[in-house]
Amino acid sequence: MKLKIAFDIAKTHLLTKKKQTLVAMMGVTFGIAMFIVMISFMQGVNQFLEDSALDASPHVRIYKQITSDRPSLIQQQNPDGFNVIYHQKPRQELAKIKNGLVIARHIEQQPEVLGVSPQVSTQVFFNTGSVPIPATLAGVDVQREEKLYRLSQRMKAGKIEDLMANANGVILGRLLARKLNLGVGDKVNVTSSTGGTSLLRVVGIFSFGIQTVDDARGYVNTPKVQELIQKDANYITDLHIKMKDPLKAIAFGKELARQYDYRVEDWAMANAAILAGEQIRNVMTFVVSFTLLVVAGFGIYNIMNMNVMNKIKDIAILKATGFDGQDVVAVFMIQSVIIGLMGALLGVIIGFSLSYLLSITPFAAGDFLSIDTFPVKFDPKFYLLGVIFGVITTLLAGYFPSRKAAKIDPVAILRG
Amino acid sequence: MKNIPYSERATILKATNVNKFFLDPVKFQVLKDISFEVKKGEFLSIVGKSGCGKSTLLYILSTMDTAYDGLLEMNGKSLTGLTQNQLAAFRNEHLGFVFQFHFLLPEFTALQNVMLPGLKLGKFSSKEIEERAYQKLKLVDMHEHALKPSSKLSGGQQQRVAIARALINDPTIVMGDEPTGNLDKANSDMVYSIFRDISHNNGQTIITVTHDPDFAEGGDRIIEMSDGHIISHGHEKTVQ
Repeated sequence: MKLKIAFDIAKTHLLTKKKQTLVAMMGVTFGIAMFIVMISFMQGVNQFLEDSALDASPHVRIYKQITSDRPSLIQQQNPDGFNVIYHQKPRQELAKIKNGLVIARHIEQQPEVLGVSPQVSTQVFFNTGSVPIPATLAGVDVQREEKLYRLSQRMKAGKIEDLMANANGVILGRLLARKLNLGVGDKVNVTSSTGGTSLLRVVGIFSFGIQTVDDARGYVNTPKVQELIQKDANYITDLHIKMKDPLKAIAFGKELARQYDYRVEDWAMANAAILAGEQIRNVMTFVVSFTLLVVAGFGIYNIMNMNVMNKIKDIAILKATGFDGQDVVAVFMIQSVIIGLMGALLGVIIGFSLSYLLSITPFAAGDFLSIDTFPVKFDPKFYLLGVIFGVITTLLAGYFPSRKAAKIDPVAILRG
Repeated sequence: MKNIPYSERATILKATNVNKFFLDPVKFQVLKDISFEVKKGEFLSIVGKSGCGKSTLLYILSTMDTAYDGLLEMNGKSLTGLTQNQLAAFRNEHLGFVFQFHFLLPEFTALQNVMLPGLKLGKFSSKEIEERAYQKLKLVDMHEHALKPSSKLSGGQQQRVAIARALINDPTIVMGDEPTGNLDKANSDMVYSIFRDISHNNGQTIITVTHDPDFAEGGDRIIEMSDGHIISHGHEKTVQ
């Protein structure tokens, strides 16, 4: 009952000063709309980069790291002595994962693993004309690769089945193929770092939409690479693992690192730059959103303050006729909340419209990223967050002027 | 009230040793040991020169000014030391105010202005309050303007609406701070006759501060103040 009167008074105040109410509302609306556009866009970019990174790279990768950082013989013999060793070189050893296929089978049986793809990867030169062009040749079982990376969806030309059918086939990255001026059906000569050469036939062209991959990778059948570098059929250099839930990869990777004496790298490590960028964008989003809301809050604060000053006589009369401090606070808080809610709802609508417009705006990222329009993420959570922020901001901004209104001494006003 | 002798009437308001100081700019005693009583149904005027403290006294009686020493009792209830919210509730139920400068809420219609204190009290349903507000407006002959925004009314009309608002909760005491100070003769007479009517026929007490000698003379009793003292408590006049 009491709130009902306060509400009626608040409503009357708002309706008689429509323009002022509208201006106060616009402050919130603009703040919320921009907040929603910002967060949708930034999260869209984050999601897009993360997706493309996650899509094109394994969640966990196991490989053998060739390193010169190992204890030397003399150190093992004389650990307490003062040993000085200059220019220790890497040992002559193979980049091979021993029992790679067995390990792959074992990992594949884990319930949280989506798939494992054992690979042999090596550096090669594609010889086109007189210029050798460097690239990485990955020897894969194309069906496993399909399971991990949905390779078939990324084919720009040719089919992955053609690779299975053709022992000498190769699927090239889009940019690599362009650089070499090759199309499906063309032949190309490759030379490995160990000197083996082979003539390959291009059976397909893929594009992950990531420059570093599309520019420098080719897929062939595993035996072809093993043949090229003159190794046996058990020679496996990499195990690529995809998890059902990417977030579990990090813990899983740690477990694998304990089990096997190989280097284990999870996607977060491999994409540290992307994750760092994500963090920076998150901070930026937070700072800008916070600023927008604070500005909107100050707008409301000013208008409510002015409102209280204009209504100072009315407040004195209300108090004289028996309305207490809480009633007065209620009158002005209700006004703030109405302004906040209406402004926030309008802001959500405008924010959604702007986000939608942004999401259909053409955006040419060139060869760097495969993207046609700006990436925008539509998540109801952002809109809810916007409304909650808007209401909290207006509550805070309305509270202080309301307190002031409640503290007004009616005697001072009524006596003039 | 006409037939009950003055001394036998119930005391409705009692002030005991009220002192009031203004601290700014220098300490200055505005009210000095004010003690007096007001009976139920009395039409009391407080007169005195400007600056004698009569308005200050009225605002203490109104319970809005709580910075005083002494005791204040109304309707048998001690009001000294109550919280602001308790005093607001008391004002709402027992006191009605009429000020010199009408003081209606400009955004609301005359009717809404009258209804507001009633809605706050919440003793009746809003339907009943509306009906009562119409009655009060009729009493001040403003019922035809009930639905007009109060900002569209003339000064005299606004003052009459303000009186209707003061009466909506049937207060025990109606206080007026120069209620006719800003009005022409016709409107002043009207305000006077309404006050006269409610004090004599409804037993509601009227306390007004006024400069208008005719208005004061028409009441039951005149308290005269000078320099913070009550110099004359007046005496109950024979009422015809």
